[in-house]
Amino acid sequence: MKNKVVVANEKQISKRITRNKLAKGLFLAATLFGMIVLATLIVRIVTQGIGYLDFGFLTSYASRRPEDAGIKAAILGTVWIMSITIPVSLILGVGTSIYLEEYAPKNKFTRFIELNLANLAGVPSVVFGLLGLTVFVRLLEMGRSILAGGLTMSLLILPVIVVASKEAIRSIPQEQYEAAYAMGATKWQIIRTVVLPAATPGILTGAILSLSRGVGETASLLMIGAMTFIAYTPTGVLDGFTVLPIQIFSWASRPQVEFQAVAAAGSIVLLIILIVMNSLAIVIRNKYSKRY
Amino acid sequence: MNKEENKQSVYSVKDFNLWYGETHALKDISIEIPEKEVVAIIGPSGCGKSTFIKTLNRMVELVPSVKTKGSINYEGKDIKKTKVESLRTEVGMVFQKPNPFPKSIYDNIAYGPRIHGIKDKKTLDEVVEKSLKGAALWEEVKDRLNENAFGLSGGQQQRLCIARALAVEPEVILMDEPTSALDPLSTAKVEDLIHELKKNYSIIIVTHNMQQAARISDKTAFFLDGEIIEFDATEKMYSNPRDKRTDDYISGKFG
Repeated sequence: MKNKVVVANEKQISKRITRNKLAKGLFLAATLFGMIVLATLIVRIVTQGIGYLDFGFLTSYASRRPEDAGIKAAILGTVWIMSITIPVSLILGVGTSIYLEEYAPKNKFTRFIELNLANLAGVPSVVFGLLGLTVFVRLLEMGRSILAGGLTMSLLILPVIVVASKEAIRSIPQEQYEAAYAMGATKWQIIRTVVLPAATPGILTGAILSLSRGVGETASLLMIGAMTFIAYTPTGVLDGFTVLPIQIFSWASRPQVEFQAVAAAGSIVLLIILIVMNSLAIVIRNKYSKRY
Repeated sequence: MNKEENKQSVYSVKDFNLWYGETHALKDISIEIPEKEVVAIIGPSGCGKSTFIKTLNRMVELVPSVKTKGSINYEGKDIKKTKVESLRTEVGMVFQKPNPFPKSIYDNIAYGPRIHGIKDKKTLDEVVEKSLKGAALWEEVKDRLNENAFGLSGGQQQRLCIARALAVEPEVILMDEPTSALDPLSTAKVEDLIHELKKNYSIIIVTHNMQQAARISDKTAFFLDGEIIEFDATEKMYSNPRDKRTDDYISGKFG
């Protein structure tokens, strides 16, 4: 027999196989834990709230009686807030990312800004609420209005949009720029004809995901004084407002058991909106993502 | 050099130096590049040949730390005093790796004319057909102009990139190792094309492949460590190099 260093050792091998099985079991358990808890939550919300979820629920205002309570004001409030947030955060966010990626000189100051953008994305939303309260509500005297809420929300999701757009722009290969430059294109022409078409799917995916974070956002809007009971349709951006998660929160904090069910019904509506938005993001990413 | 020929120079480079930060990449380059000929630039990796060709259309300025000294005249005008956009309209470029845009074949070719302001559909149609014919690609793609350019083979993509450069109607075409990512058959097609193109264009081609330089070029410049060691008619250089280092490189002793 040759003098081998590595010899098949039955005992040692079966020990390794056992350890492999153990690791697999552990990771499966970790996955199952999350999924089971989530499934339980969804089942509970659906069984609890489905009884209240009908057309009347979607088209009625809040009420003191649970059977009359509806979510119309909250849905409209969310739509109003988003109609401010979407254009403001997209224009500012995409503009910022284009400047940082394409025009800004690559120096220490730019790096400092980029680092802090990433940090801003992690700042708790209550802090953005405080900022909105100080600047928009008080200093600029917008009051507790849709405008103040929409702008606060824009600030909140702006860093996420900027970071996502920067990623999308950065993933465009250098060769694409060279091709356009070599034909005498200016930077702006390249941004318009090469960068934006290629980065749009990535930008949209990031924007939709951060907007869906915004739709579920509660703390910052509570901070600037969104209402919890509203019985009219907003007619302009300076009206008061409520949004879905705040409405749900206010129902859930009532003592009556029936309102817990109403809150669950509201949660179903919110969940459906979020699932639709996230699916849209996935569809856009899969359909338009470019391979070079 | 080569005063016996009465060809005009399209580029005349004088005492040109280039630094990437602290690295001295091009040293005292002086060269007259003749019109409507194929000039090959050969030399080992890192000798500055790609850098040199990229200075001719000022693409090298995309690298932030670049500093230059000396002059490059294109058709008698200092390229530094020309707007880059107009210089690059006159001087097209084809890159190492085919780099079509993720657009249709038609839109790839029409890209250049469009950025220069041509909107008329009929004119664009004509330019697209003419350019694709010029790059010997028309017969292969005329029935699928609206398909994505990524559906073409690597060799077709590279000829598409040549057609795209032709569409801007340049005087000079710079080629930076245009066949290094292609198989031998596609390489042969591109080489045939280069042979055709030199009737109407001045071509400067960087190549790693010395046989290629011998096959396609009229003149060859040998670069080593950022200097031009020798520049002469290709035949003469390959049969009877003046410099020992050229001889060593051509005969495969290094590089």
